[in-house]
Amino acid sequence: MFRSARGVANWLDPSSTLGIMAVAVALLMIGGHFDLSAGVMTGTTALAVGIVAGEFGQNIWLAIGVALVVALAVGFLNGWLVTRTGLPSFIITLGTFLMLQGINLGLTKLFTGTVTAGGIAHAPGYDVAEAVFASRITIGGAQIRIAVVWWVLATVLASYVLLRTRFGNWIFATGGDDVAARNVGVPARRTTIVLFLTTATAAWFVGTTLAVRFTNVQANAGIGQELIYIVAAVIGGCLLTGGFGSAVGASLGALIFGMTQLGIVYLNWEADWFYFFLGAMLLLAVLANRLVRRYAEAARR
Amino acid sequence: MTGMEATPDVPGTPLLELRDVGKTFGSVVALDGISTSVRAGEVTCVLGDNGAGKSTLIKILAGVHRPDRGELLLDGEPATFGAPRDALDAGIATVYQDLAMIPLMAIWRNFFLGSEPTTGWGPFRRFDRTLARETTRRELAAMGIDIRDPDQPVGTLSGGERQSVAIARAVHRGARVLILDEPTSALGVKQAGVVLRYIARARDRGLGVVFITHNPHHAHPVGDRFLLLNRGRSMGSYAKGEVTREELTRLMAGGGELDQLTHELERPG
Repeated sequence: MFRSARGVANWLDPSSTLGIMAVAVALLMIGGHFDLSAGVMTGTTALAVGIVAGEFGQNIWLAIGVALVVALAVGFLNGWLVTRTGLPSFIITLGTFLMLQGINLGLTKLFTGTVTAGGIAHAPGYDVAEAVFASRITIGGAQIRIAVVWWVLATVLASYVLLRTRFGNWIFATGGDDVAARNVGVPARRTTIVLFLTTATAAWFVGTTLAVRFTNVQANAGIGQELIYIVAAVIGGCLLTGGFGSAVGASLGALIFGMTQLGIVYLNWEADWFYFFLGAMLLLAVLANRLVRRYAEAARR
Repeated sequence: MTGMEATPDVPGTPLLELRDVGKTFGSVVALDGISTSVRAGEVTCVLGDNGAGKSTLIKILAGVHRPDRGELLLDGEPATFGAPRDALDAGIATVYQDLAMIPLMAIWRNFFLGSEPTTGWGPFRRFDRTLARETTRRELAAMGIDIRDPDQPVGTLSGGERQSVAIARAVHRGARVLILDEPTSALGVKQAGVVLRYIARARDRGLGVVFITHNPHHAHPVGDRFLLLNRGRSMGSYAKGEVTREELTRLMAGGGELDQLTHELERPG
Protein backbone atom coordinates (compact mmCIF):
# COMPACT_ATOMS: atom_id res chain seq x y z
CA MET A 1 0.00 0.00 0.00
CA PHE A 2 2.67 2.44 1.10
CA ARG A 3 4.67 1.87 -2.07
CA SER A 4 1.70 1.69 -4.44
CA ALA A 5 1.05 4.64 -6.72
CA ARG A 6 -1.86 5.73 -4.57
CA GLY A 7 0.18 5.32 -1.41
CA VAL A 8 2.92 7.49 -2.85
CA ALA A 9 0.36 10.13 -3.81
CA ASN A 10 -0.90 10.02 -0.24
CA TRP A 11 2.37 10.74 1.45
CA LEU A 12 3.51 13.19 -1.20
CA ASP A 13 0.50 15.35 -0.36
CA PRO A 14 1.51 16.51 3.14
CA SER A 15 5.13 16.63 1.97
CA SER A 16 4.35 19.05 -0.84
CA THR A 17 2.99 22.08 1.01
CA LEU A 18 5.48 21.52 3.80
CA GLY A 19 8.24 21.13 1.21
CA ILE A 20 7.51 24.46 -0.47
CA MET A 21 7.82 26.16 2.91
CA ALA A 22 10.85 24.13 3.98
CA VAL A 23 12.73 25.14 0.83
CA ALA A 24 12.08 28.85 1.44
CA VAL A 25 12.89 28.49 5.14
CA ALA A 26 16.10 26.64 4.21
CA LEU A 27 17.22 29.56 2.02
CA LEU A 28 16.57 31.92 4.92
CA MET A 29 18.44 29.65 7.34
CA ILE A 30 21.42 29.42 5.00
CA GLY A 31 21.24 33.22 4.98
CA GLY A 32 21.57 33.10 8.77
CA HIS A 33 18.02 33.76 9.97
CA PHE A 34 14.84 32.17 11.25
CA ASP A 35 11.27 33.05 10.44
CA LEU A 36 8.93 31.95 13.21
CA SER A 37 6.08 33.87 11.60
CA ALA A 38 6.18 31.67 8.47
CA GLY A 39 3.66 29.14 9.83
CA VAL A 40 1.03 31.57 11.02
CA MET A 41 1.52 33.55 7.81
CA THR A 42 0.11 30.63 5.80
CA GLY A 43 -2.98 31.08 8.01
CA THR A 44 -3.01 34.86 7.57
CA THR A 45 -2.88 34.62 3.78
CA ALA A 46 -5.47 31.82 3.67
CA LEU A 47 -7.77 33.91 5.88
CA ALA A 48 -7.21 36.97 3.70
CA VAL A 49 -8.30 34.93 0.68
CA GLY A 50 -11.27 33.58 2.67
CA ILE A 51 -12.44 36.97 3.90
CA VAL A 52 -12.03 38.90 0.65
CA ALA A 53 -13.35 36.15 -1.65
CA GLY A 54 -15.77 34.36 0.70
CA GLU A 55 -17.18 37.07 2.95
CA PHE A 56 -16.96 40.03 0.60
CA GLY A 57 -17.73 37.95 -2.51
CA GLN A 58 -14.92 39.55 -4.51
CA ASN A 59 -13.12 37.87 -7.39
CA ILE A 60 -10.79 35.24 -5.98
CA TRP A 61 -7.78 36.60 -7.88
CA LEU A 62 -8.30 39.95 -6.18
CA ALA A 63 -8.37 38.09 -2.85
CA ILE A 64 -5.18 36.23 -3.75
CA GLY A 65 -3.58 39.55 -4.71
CA VAL A 66 -4.59 41.10 -1.38
CA ALA A 67 -3.10 38.09 0.43
CA LEU A 68 0.18 38.53 -1.47
CA VAL A 69 0.39 42.20 -0.53
CA VAL A 70 -0.24 41.32 3.13
CA ALA A 71 2.41 38.58 3.08
CA LEU A 72 5.02 40.78 1.40
CA ALA A 73 4.31 43.58 3.88
CA VAL A 74 4.88 41.25 6.85
CA GLY A 75 7.95 39.73 5.21
CA PHE A 76 9.39 43.15 4.54
CA LEU A 77 8.68 44.25 8.11
CA ASN A 78 10.51 41.16 9.40
CA GLY A 79 13.51 41.73 7.16
CA TRP A 80 13.63 45.45 7.73
CA LEU A 81 13.47 45.12 11.52
CA VAL A 82 16.12 42.39 11.54
CA THR A 83 18.56 44.33 9.35
CA ARG A 84 17.93 47.71 11.03
CA THR A 85 18.11 46.61 14.65
CA GLY A 86 20.59 43.75 14.40
CA LEU A 87 18.43 41.86 16.92
CA PRO A 88 18.15 38.08 16.52
CA SER A 89 15.54 37.22 13.90
CA PHE A 90 14.29 34.60 16.33
CA ILE A 91 12.91 37.31 18.65
CA ILE A 92 11.69 39.67 15.96
CA THR A 93 9.76 37.00 14.08
CA LEU A 94 8.46 35.61 17.37
CA GLY A 95 6.95 39.07 17.85
CA THR A 96 5.36 39.15 14.41
CA PHE A 97 4.24 35.53 14.89
CA LEU A 98 2.28 36.43 18.05
CA MET A 99 0.91 39.62 16.50
CA LEU A 100 -0.30 37.75 13.42
CA GLN A 101 -1.88 35.09 15.62
CA GLY A 102 -3.87 37.84 17.33
CA ILE A 103 -4.72 39.57 14.06
CA ASN A 104 -5.88 36.29 12.50
CA LEU A 105 -8.38 35.67 15.29
CA GLY A 106 -9.41 39.29 15.80
CA LEU A 107 -10.01 40.19 12.17
CA THR A 108 -11.68 36.88 11.32
CA LYS A 109 -14.17 37.37 14.16
CA LEU A 110 -14.66 41.01 13.18
CA PHE A 111 -15.46 40.24 9.55
CA THR A 112 -17.24 36.89 9.80
CA GLY A 113 -18.56 36.82 13.38
CA THR A 114 -17.12 33.30 13.71
CA VAL A 115 -13.63 31.77 13.80
CA THR A 116 -13.72 30.53 10.23
CA ALA A 117 -13.72 32.24 6.86
CA GLY A 118 -15.49 30.19 4.22
CA GLY A 119 -17.52 30.20 1.05
CA ILE A 120 -14.44 30.56 -1.09
CA ALA A 121 -15.81 28.11 -3.67
CA HIS A 122 -18.58 30.53 -4.58
CA ALA A 123 -16.25 33.40 -5.42
CA PRO A 124 -15.93 34.46 -9.06
CA GLY A 125 -12.87 32.99 -10.73
CA TYR A 126 -12.70 29.97 -8.41
CA ASP A 127 -12.46 27.42 -11.23
CA VAL A 128 -9.23 28.79 -12.61
CA ALA A 129 -7.79 29.25 -9.13
CA GLU A 130 -8.67 25.64 -8.32
CA ALA A 131 -6.90 24.46 -11.46
CA VAL A 132 -3.77 26.38 -10.52
CA PHE A 133 -3.62 25.68 -6.78
CA ALA A 134 -5.68 22.59 -5.99
CA SER A 135 -6.17 20.39 -9.03
CA ARG A 136 -4.95 16.83 -9.37
CA ILE A 137 -3.05 15.30 -12.21
CA THR A 138 -2.91 11.63 -13.00
CA ILE A 139 0.50 10.02 -13.12
CA GLY A 140 0.82 6.24 -13.31
CA GLY A 141 -2.77 5.68 -12.28
CA ALA A 142 -2.49 7.80 -9.14
CA GLN A 143 -3.95 11.21 -8.62
CA ILE A 144 -1.19 13.56 -7.63
CA ARG A 145 -1.94 16.98 -6.18
CA ILE A 146 -0.63 19.81 -8.31
CA ALA A 147 1.08 21.17 -5.19
CA VAL A 148 3.59 18.33 -5.67
CA VAL A 149 4.52 19.80 -9.06
CA TRP A 150 4.91 23.28 -7.53
CA TRP A 151 7.06 21.76 -4.78
CA VAL A 152 9.40 20.14 -7.30
CA LEU A 153 9.61 23.40 -9.25
CA ALA A 154 10.30 25.37 -6.05
CA THR A 155 13.12 22.97 -5.15
CA VAL A 156 14.69 23.18 -8.60
CA LEU A 157 14.40 26.96 -8.66
CA ALA A 158 15.84 27.36 -5.15
CA SER A 159 18.76 25.03 -5.94
CA TYR A 160 19.47 26.94 -9.12
CA VAL A 161 19.45 30.26 -7.27
CA LEU A 162 21.64 28.94 -4.46
CA LEU A 163 24.29 27.25 -6.57
CA ARG A 164 24.26 29.02 -9.91
CA THR A 165 23.56 32.69 -9.31
CA ARG A 166 25.28 35.65 -7.69
CA PHE A 167 22.42 35.94 -5.27
CA GLY A 168 23.07 32.39 -4.11
CA ASN A 169 26.67 33.26 -3.37
CA TRP A 170 25.42 36.24 -1.36
CA ILE A 171 23.03 34.01 0.63
CA PHE A 172 25.86 31.69 1.72
CA ALA A 173 28.11 34.65 2.49
CA THR A 174 25.51 36.60 4.46
CA GLY A 175 24.77 33.54 6.55
CA GLY A 176 28.44 32.64 6.94
CA ASP A 177 29.62 36.06 8.12
CA ASP A 178 27.56 39.12 7.28
CA VAL A 179 30.20 41.66 8.33
CA ALA A 180 32.84 40.03 6.15
CA ALA A 181 30.34 39.78 3.30
CA ARG A 182 29.52 43.48 3.55
CA ASN A 183 33.21 44.37 3.61
CA VAL A 184 33.72 42.86 0.16
CA GLY A 185 30.66 44.53 -1.29
CA VAL A 186 27.87 41.98 -0.79
CA PRO A 187 24.58 43.79 -0.19
CA ALA A 188 23.92 41.74 2.94
CA ARG A 189 20.94 43.82 4.11
CA ARG A 190 19.18 43.54 0.79
CA THR A 191 19.91 39.82 0.67
CA THR A 192 18.35 39.33 4.11
CA ILE A 193 15.24 41.33 3.24
CA VAL A 194 14.78 39.42 -0.03
CA LEU A 195 15.05 36.13 1.90
CA PHE A 196 12.31 37.22 4.32
CA LEU A 197 10.21 38.24 1.32
CA THR A 198 10.83 34.74 -0.08
CA THR A 199 9.49 32.95 3.01
CA ALA A 200 6.53 35.34 2.98
CA THR A 201 5.87 34.57 -0.68
CA ALA A 202 6.08 30.84 0.00
CA ALA A 203 3.66 31.28 2.92
CA TRP A 204 1.31 33.15 0.59
CA PHE A 205 1.50 30.36 -1.98
CA VAL A 206 0.84 27.63 0.56
CA GLY A 207 -1.86 29.68 2.32
CA THR A 208 -3.63 30.22 -0.99
CA THR A 209 -3.32 26.54 -1.83
CA LEU A 210 -4.93 25.58 1.48
CA ALA A 211 -7.70 28.19 1.12
CA VAL A 212 -8.56 27.08 -2.41
CA ARG A 213 -8.32 23.39 -1.56
CA PHE A 214 -10.45 23.39 1.60
CA THR A 215 -12.59 26.44 0.68
CA ASN A 216 -12.92 27.41 4.32
CA VAL A 217 -10.19 28.39 6.73
CA GLN A 218 -9.90 28.20 10.53
CA ALA A 219 -8.57 31.28 12.28
CA ASN A 220 -5.85 29.22 13.96
CA ALA A 221 -4.53 27.71 10.71
CA GLY A 222 -0.78 27.34 10.32
CA ILE A 223 0.13 27.89 13.96
CA GLY A 224 2.90 25.53 15.07
CA GLN A 225 3.95 24.72 11.50
CA GLU A 226 6.91 27.14 11.63
CA LEU A 227 8.89 24.69 13.76
CA ILE A 228 8.11 21.81 11.39
CA TYR A 229 9.60 23.84 8.51
CA ILE A 230 12.76 24.41 10.52
CA VAL A 231 12.91 20.71 11.47
CA ALA A 232 12.61 19.71 7.81
CA ALA A 233 15.39 22.12 6.82
CA VAL A 234 17.66 20.85 9.62
CA ILE A 235 16.98 17.19 8.81
CA GLY A 236 17.98 18.18 5.27
CA GLY A 237 21.36 19.44 6.46
CA CYS A 238 20.91 23.16 7.14
CA LEU A 239 23.16 24.51 9.89
CA LEU A 240 21.37 26.41 12.64
CA THR A 241 24.21 28.92 12.59
CA GLY A 242 23.69 29.70 8.90
CA GLY A 243 26.02 29.59 5.93
CA PHE A 244 25.48 25.96 5.03
CA GLY A 245 22.65 23.83 3.67
CA SER A 246 20.72 22.97 0.54
CA ALA A 247 17.27 23.24 -0.96
CA VAL A 248 17.26 19.59 -2.02
CA GLY A 249 18.06 18.61 1.55
CA ALA A 250 15.14 20.61 2.89
CA SER A 251 12.87 18.89 0.36
CA LEU A 252 14.14 15.50 1.47
CA GLY A 253 13.42 16.57 5.04
CA ALA A 254 9.87 17.38 4.03
CA LEU A 255 9.59 14.05 2.21
CA ILE A 256 10.76 12.15 5.29
CA PHE A 257 8.21 14.06 7.32
CA GLY A 258 5.37 13.05 4.98
CA MET A 259 6.53 9.43 4.79
CA THR A 260 6.73 9.15 8.56
CA GLN A 261 3.36 10.79 9.10
CA LEU A 262 1.61 8.44 6.69
CA GLY A 263 3.89 5.48 7.38
CA ILE A 264 2.76 5.34 10.98
CA VAL A 265 -0.83 5.12 9.79
CA TYR A 266 -0.02 2.36 7.29
CA LEU A 267 1.77 0.41 9.98
CA ASN A 268 -1.30 0.72 12.19
CA TRP A 269 0.72 2.34 14.91
CA GLU A 270 -0.73 4.99 17.15
CA ALA A 271 -0.43 8.31 15.31
CA ASP A 272 0.29 9.90 18.68
CA TRP A 273 3.89 8.71 18.38
CA PHE A 274 4.51 10.78 15.31
CA TYR A 275 6.09 13.70 17.13
CA PHE A 276 8.35 11.37 19.05
CA PHE A 277 9.79 10.07 15.78
CA LEU A 278 10.07 13.56 14.39
CA GLY A 279 12.06 14.72 17.41
CA ALA A 280 14.30 11.66 17.32
CA MET A 281 14.99 12.22 13.64
CA LEU A 282 15.85 15.83 14.29
CA LEU A 283 18.39 14.86 16.96
CA LEU A 284 19.90 12.17 14.76
CA ALA A 285 20.15 14.59 11.84
CA VAL A 286 21.92 17.23 13.89
CA LEU A 287 24.40 14.72 15.32
CA ALA A 288 25.09 13.12 11.94
CA ASN A 289 25.58 16.53 10.40
CA ARG A 290 28.15 17.44 13.00
CA LEU A 291 30.10 14.24 12.55
CA VAL A 292 30.13 14.41 8.78
CA ARG A 293 31.29 18.01 8.78
CA ARG A 294 34.05 17.34 11.26
CA TYR A 295 35.22 14.38 9.25
CA ALA A 296 35.18 16.38 6.02
CA GLU A 297 37.16 19.25 7.48
CA ALA A 298 39.70 17.04 9.16
CA ALA A 299 40.30 14.96 6.03
CA ARG A 300 41.21 18.04 3.98
CA ARG A 301 44.04 19.19 6.18
CA MET B 1 57.47 65.11 5.96
CA THR B 2 61.05 64.82 7.02
CA GLY B 3 62.28 62.44 4.41
CA MET B 4 61.04 63.81 1.09
CA GLU B 5 64.49 64.70 -0.22
CA ALA B 6 65.78 61.22 0.45
CA THR B 7 62.97 59.55 -1.49
CA PRO B 8 63.69 58.88 -5.14
CA ASP B 9 61.17 61.35 -6.49
CA VAL B 10 58.49 59.31 -8.19
CA PRO B 11 56.95 61.28 -11.03
CA GLY B 12 53.29 62.09 -10.66
CA THR B 13 51.10 62.54 -7.65
CA PRO B 14 50.56 60.02 -4.88
CA LEU B 15 47.64 57.64 -5.42
CA LEU B 16 46.36 58.42 -1.98
CA GLU B 17 47.40 61.11 0.43
CA LEU B 18 46.35 62.25 3.88
CA ARG B 19 47.00 65.85 4.94
CA ASP B 20 46.80 66.78 8.59
CA VAL B 21 43.96 64.35 9.20
CA GLY B 22 42.24 64.07 12.58
CA LYS B 23 39.37 62.06 13.98
CA THR B 24 37.63 62.35 17.32
CA PHE B 25 35.15 59.93 18.89
CA GLY B 26 33.25 61.72 21.63
CA SER B 27 36.00 63.10 23.82
CA VAL B 28 38.63 60.63 22.60
CA VAL B 29 41.08 61.96 20.04
CA ALA B 30 41.74 58.87 17.91
CA LEU B 31 43.95 60.61 15.34
CA ASP B 32 45.45 64.06 15.15
CA GLY B 33 47.57 65.80 12.52
CA ILE B 34 48.42 62.73 10.46
CA SER B 35 49.97 63.15 7.04
CA THR B 36 51.17 60.37 4.78
CA SER B 37 50.96 59.21 1.20
CA VAL B 38 51.24 56.12 -0.93
CA ARG B 39 52.50 56.01 -4.50
CA ALA B 40 52.22 53.40 -7.21
CA GLY B 41 54.84 50.69 -6.80
CA GLU B 42 55.62 51.69 -3.23
CA VAL B 43 54.92 50.28 0.20
CA THR B 44 53.99 52.71 2.95
CA CYS B 45 54.26 51.12 6.37
CA VAL B 46 52.17 52.37 9.25
CA LEU B 47 53.71 51.27 12.52
CA GLY B 48 52.24 51.58 15.94
CA ASP B 49 51.48 49.74 19.12
CA ASN B 50 47.99 48.78 20.26
CA GLY B 51 45.78 51.85 20.55
CA ALA B 52 48.05 53.95 18.38
CA GLY B 53 45.24 54.76 15.96
CA LYS B 54 46.11 52.30 13.22
CA SER B 55 42.56 50.96 12.94
CA THR B 56 41.09 54.44 12.74
CA LEU B 57 43.58 55.30 10.01
CA ILE B 58 42.60 52.21 8.01
CA LYS B 59 38.93 52.97 8.40
CA ILE B 60 39.45 56.51 7.10
CA LEU B 61 41.37 55.21 4.07
CA ALA B 62 38.76 52.50 3.47
CA GLY B 63 35.81 54.89 3.63
CA VAL B 64 34.33 53.49 6.85
CA HIS B 65 34.97 56.75 8.78
CA ARG B 66 35.18 60.29 7.49
CA PRO B 67 37.96 62.43 8.95
CA ASP B 68 36.83 65.33 11.17
CA ARG B 69 39.82 67.44 10.24
CA GLY B 70 42.24 67.55 7.35
CA GLU B 71 42.02 66.28 3.81
CA LEU B 72 42.08 63.02 1.92
CA LEU B 73 43.44 63.30 -1.59
CA LEU B 74 42.89 60.77 -4.32
CA ASP B 75 45.25 61.25 -7.29
CA GLY B 76 45.93 64.72 -5.94
CA GLU B 77 42.25 65.69 -5.85
CA PRO B 78 40.37 66.15 -2.56
CA ALA B 79 37.97 63.25 -2.12
CA THR B 80 35.35 62.09 0.37
CA PHE B 81 34.33 58.49 0.80
CA GLY B 82 30.76 58.21 2.05
CA ALA B 83 30.90 54.43 2.31
CA PRO B 84 33.38 51.56 1.84
CA ARG B 85 31.85 51.05 -1.59
CA ASP B 86 33.15 54.50 -2.70
CA ALA B 87 36.69 53.62 -1.67
CA LEU B 88 36.38 50.26 -3.47
CA ASP B 89 35.15 51.99 -6.60
CA ALA B 90 38.16 54.29 -6.42
CA GLY B 91 40.41 51.22 -6.47
CA ILE B 92 41.23 51.17 -2.78
CA ALA B 93 40.96 47.64 -1.44
CA THR B 94 41.29 46.83 2.22
CA VAL B 95 42.26 43.40 3.48
CA TYR B 96 41.08 43.34 7.09
CA GLN B 97 42.42 41.06 9.76
CA ASP B 98 39.31 38.91 9.53
CA LEU B 99 40.08 38.80 5.76
CA ALA B 100 36.42 39.00 4.79
CA MET B 101 36.45 35.34 3.85
CA ILE B 102 33.69 32.90 4.61
CA PRO B 103 35.29 29.72 6.02
CA LEU B 104 32.55 27.33 4.88
CA MET B 105 32.60 28.56 1.28
CA ALA B 106 34.87 27.30 -1.50
CA ILE B 107 37.97 29.32 -2.39
CA TRP B 108 36.61 30.28 -5.81
CA ARG B 109 33.30 31.41 -4.30
CA ASN B 110 35.19 33.56 -1.81
CA PHE B 111 37.50 34.85 -4.49
CA PHE B 112 34.61 36.43 -6.38
CA LEU B 113 32.41 37.24 -3.42
CA GLY B 114 30.58 40.50 -4.06
CA SER B 115 31.80 40.80 -7.67
CA GLU B 116 30.71 37.53 -9.23
CA PRO B 117 31.14 37.27 -13.01
CA THR B 118 27.91 36.44 -14.77
CA THR B 119 26.97 34.83 -18.02
CA GLY B 120 23.69 34.51 -19.85
CA TRP B 121 20.93 36.96 -20.39
CA GLY B 122 17.91 38.35 -18.52
CA PRO B 123 16.41 35.90 -16.06
CA PHE B 124 18.99 33.32 -17.12
CA ARG B 125 21.89 35.48 -16.01
CA ARG B 126 23.93 33.26 -13.76
CA PHE B 127 27.17 33.04 -11.86
CA ASP B 128 29.85 32.03 -14.38
CA ARG B 129 31.27 29.20 -12.32
CA THR B 130 33.68 27.87 -14.93
CA LEU B 131 35.21 31.30 -15.40
CA ALA B 132 35.34 31.85 -11.64
CA ARG B 133 37.13 28.55 -11.00
CA GLU B 134 39.59 29.03 -13.84
CA THR B 135 40.37 32.65 -12.94
CA THR B 136 40.87 31.78 -9.28
CA ARG B 137 43.34 29.06 -10.15
CA ARG B 138 45.19 31.31 -12.60
CA GLU B 139 45.34 34.38 -10.35
CA LEU B 140 46.55 32.40 -7.37
CA ALA B 141 49.21 30.79 -9.53
CA ALA B 142 50.28 34.22 -10.82
CA MET B 143 50.86 35.31 -7.22
CA GLY B 144 52.81 32.13 -6.66
CA ILE B 145 50.15 30.59 -4.44
CA ASP B 146 49.85 26.87 -4.85
CA ILE B 147 46.32 25.76 -4.08
CA ARG B 148 45.52 22.08 -4.41
CA ASP B 149 41.86 22.50 -5.21
CA PRO B 150 39.87 25.75 -5.60
CA ASP B 151 36.78 23.83 -4.46
CA GLN B 152 38.07 23.30 -0.95
CA PRO B 153 36.53 25.50 1.75
CA VAL B 154 38.61 28.47 2.85
CA GLY B 155 38.30 27.16 6.41
CA THR B 156 40.72 24.36 5.53
CA LEU B 157 43.55 26.73 4.50
CA SER B 158 46.37 27.80 6.81
CA GLY B 159 46.54 31.39 8.08
CA GLY B 160 49.22 32.42 5.60
CA GLU B 161 47.40 30.80 2.68
CA ARG B 162 44.20 32.60 3.62
CA GLN B 163 46.01 35.93 3.85
CA SER B 164 47.61 35.30 0.47
CA VAL B 165 44.29 34.42 -1.15
CA ALA B 166 42.79 37.63 0.27
CA ILE B 167 45.67 39.68 -1.18
CA ALA B 168 45.42 37.95 -4.56
CA ARG B 169 41.69 38.65 -4.54
CA ALA B 170 42.20 42.37 -3.92
CA VAL B 171 44.84 42.54 -6.65
CA HIS B 172 42.58 40.75 -9.09
CA ARG B 173 39.75 43.16 -8.40
CA GLY B 174 41.76 45.98 -9.91
CA ALA B 175 42.93 47.52 -6.69
CA ARG B 176 45.38 50.40 -7.19
CA VAL B 177 45.90 50.82 -3.49
CA LEU B 178 46.03 47.81 -1.22
CA ILE B 179 45.54 48.39 2.50
CA LEU B 180 46.71 45.46 4.61
CA ASP B 181 45.64 45.40 8.23
CA GLU B 182 48.24 43.50 10.28
CA PRO B 183 48.58 40.75 7.67
CA THR B 184 51.50 39.10 9.45
CA SER B 185 50.53 39.50 13.08
CA ALA B 186 48.97 36.11 13.68
CA LEU B 187 51.54 34.18 11.64
CA GLY B 188 54.67 32.25 12.40
CA VAL B 189 58.03 33.35 10.98
CA LYS B 190 57.84 31.20 7.85
CA GLN B 191 54.23 32.07 7.00
CA ALA B 192 54.91 35.77 7.62
CA GLY B 193 57.77 35.57 5.14
CA VAL B 194 55.42 34.11 2.55
CA VAL B 195 52.98 36.99 3.04
CA LEU B 196 55.78 39.61 2.84
CA ARG B 197 56.78 38.07 -0.49
CA TYR B 198 53.22 38.60 -1.78
CA ILE B 199 53.33 42.21 -0.59
CA ALA B 200 56.51 42.71 -2.60
CA ARG B 201 54.90 41.02 -5.59
CA ALA B 202 51.86 43.29 -5.40
CA ARG B 203 54.20 46.28 -5.22
CA ASP B 204 56.11 45.06 -8.27
CA ARG B 205 52.82 44.84 -10.16
CA GLY B 206 52.53 48.60 -9.64
CA LEU B 207 50.16 48.78 -6.72
CA GLY B 208 50.49 51.20 -3.86
CA VAL B 209 50.51 49.23 -0.63
CA VAL B 210 49.65 50.51 2.84
CA PHE B 211 51.05 47.93 5.22
CA ILE B 212 49.84 48.27 8.79
CA THR B 213 51.83 46.41 11.39
CA HIS B 214 53.32 46.58 14.84
CA ASN B 215 56.35 44.56 13.80
CA PRO B 216 59.34 46.64 12.57
CA HIS B 217 61.09 43.44 11.48
CA HIS B 218 58.31 42.84 8.98
CA ALA B 219 57.99 46.48 7.93
CA HIS B 220 61.62 47.34 7.38
CA PRO B 221 62.51 44.94 4.55
CA VAL B 222 59.50 45.85 2.33
CA GLY B 223 58.74 49.46 3.30
CA ASP B 224 59.56 52.49 1.14
CA ARG B 225 58.33 54.92 3.76
CA PHE B 226 57.39 54.56 7.38
CA LEU B 227 54.84 56.40 9.45
CA LEU B 228 55.04 55.87 13.18
CA LEU B 229 51.94 56.36 15.26
CA ASN B 230 51.58 56.70 18.99
CA ARG B 231 48.30 57.50 20.71
CA GLY B 232 46.84 58.98 17.57
CA ARG B 233 49.78 61.25 16.79
CA SER B 234 52.64 60.93 14.34
CA MET B 235 55.99 60.18 15.91
CA GLY B 236 57.79 60.71 12.67
CA SER B 237 57.73 59.84 9.03
CA TYR B 238 60.77 58.37 7.33
CA ALA B 239 61.82 57.24 3.90
CA LYS B 240 63.68 54.02 3.26
CA GLY B 241 67.35 54.44 4.05
CA GLU B 242 66.70 57.17 6.57
CA VAL B 243 66.04 54.80 9.36
CA THR B 244 67.49 51.48 10.40
CA ARG B 245 65.55 48.53 11.72
CA GLU B 246 66.97 49.13 15.18
CA GLU B 247 65.86 52.74 15.15
CA LEU B 248 62.38 51.70 14.03
CA THR B 249 62.18 49.20 16.85
CA ARG B 250 63.33 51.81 19.33
CA LEU B 251 60.85 54.39 18.07
CA MET B 252 58.04 51.87 18.08
CA ALA B 253 58.59 51.08 21.70
CA GLY B 254 58.50 54.75 22.54
CA GLY B 255 62.22 55.52 22.26
CA GLY B 256 63.60 55.98 25.73
CA GLU B 257 60.97 53.64 27.18
CA LEU B 258 62.68 50.62 25.64
CA ASP B 259 66.08 51.65 26.96
CA GLN B 260 64.51 52.05 30.35
CA LEU B 261 62.88 48.63 30.06
CA THR B 262 66.11 46.97 28.90
CA HIS B 263 67.86 48.52 31.83
CA GLU B 264 65.20 47.31 34.24
CA LEU B 265 65.24 43.79 32.89
CA GLU B 266 69.00 43.38 33.10
CA ARG B 267 70.24 41.03 35.76
CA PRO B 268 71.55 42.87 38.70
CA GLY B 269 75.30 42.66 39.11
